[in-house]
Amino acid sequence: MSSTAIQVNSKRGIWGGGNEPLKASYGKLMMWFFLLSDIFTFGAFLITYGAIRMSYPAYEGAAADFVSSNEYWPIPERIFDAFPFFHGAHLPLVFVGLMTFILIMSSVTMVLAVEAGHRNDKNDVVKWLLWTLLGGITFLSCQAWEWTHFIHGTDDGTMLTYINSFNNIVTETVYGANLVVNEYGPPAFAQLFFFITGFHGFHVTIGVVLLFLAFYQAAVGIYQQRGHYEMVEKIGLYWHFVDLVWVFVFTFFYLI
Amino acid sequence: MALDNKKEMEVIPKDAAKIRKIWLTALILLVVTAIEFVFAFTMPRGILLYVIFILLTIVKAYYIMMEFMHLGEEAKPLFYSIIVPLIFLVWLIIALMKEGADIFLMRW
Repeated sequence: MSSTAIQVNSKRGIWGGGNEPLKASYGKLMMWFFLLSDIFTFGAFLITYGAIRMSYPAYEGAAADFVSSNEYWPIPERIFDAFPFFHGAHLPLVFVGLMTFILIMSSVTMVLAVEAGHRNDKNDVVKWLLWTLLGGITFLSCQAWEWTHFIHGTDDGTMLTYINSFNNIVTETVYGANLVVNEYGPPAFAQLFFFITGFHGFHVTIGVVLLFLAFYQAAVGIYQQRGHYEMVEKIGLYWHFVDLVWVFVFTFFYLI
Repeated sequence: MALDNKKEMEVIPKDAAKIRKIWLTALILLVVTAIEFVFAFTMPRGILLYVIFILLTIVKAYYIMMEFMHLGEEAKPLFYSIIVPLIFLVWLIIALMKEGADIFLMRW
């Protein structure tokens, strides 16, 4: 039966075990594939946003004269213009700019933690992980404030005619936003806002939990005992991914 | 028992050039975001502005994936198995935005 034998190239030695496919460790490889599948999930959200947005009429006219209506898609810079402690001031996109800054800076401190892990520098890893953790919690707090403001709405609200959840056509002043109606634009606008930023915020929350885990384990010396800081690297990949998604959410939701 | 015999790992000294590169990347990301803000308030809304925004976003995504996630240092098959699906994703975004625009024409 020698004719059916399979020739194995002894140089590769893949049957002996102990080798790493794609020259990446198991954990990092699986993290990359998880991130790829997560990219598809977020991609689906953003594709949905693009398709629904293009299927609604755009606002025609100068941005300064913009008035909210459920007849056309709103201009983001006229909607997201609130800032904590500056009630009633028109500060377009300032708060979301601050949130972007916080998230990018937390990504920078994360990459510094990964770099310190390569150098086996426990003190630096702990220090930079703590900064990253702070950045993540600050970002989440900002998002909580933004959601609260979005849900409660402006002082004046908007007069809208719409079909309510009891299937009646009503005309009334609407304040804030929910999944049925919102004062900013068509119902789909608030629905997409809640789903896209909510799903991203959920990822940030998981990231903060993972960062705390890494921070704790690094601080008590578990990674030093283990002999490497690969866990910091894997959580770092996840955290950069969260930042990457925010870059796209920022462009598609707040700029376009 | 395990935690008693603490292994002392040798701390490798900092490489200043590497750390400078990380901060430089951060600066690039912040400057590109600032440019997006300037465009958002100075340019009329339209397809040209959207193309500029998407291109600048891809620039930022490049720096995050290459400098922060070190994707460029991974093995080539892994690199392409991440990047190639993303190219299809970009196509799907464009295709479905066109589809949305056609739905708009049918509806109004």
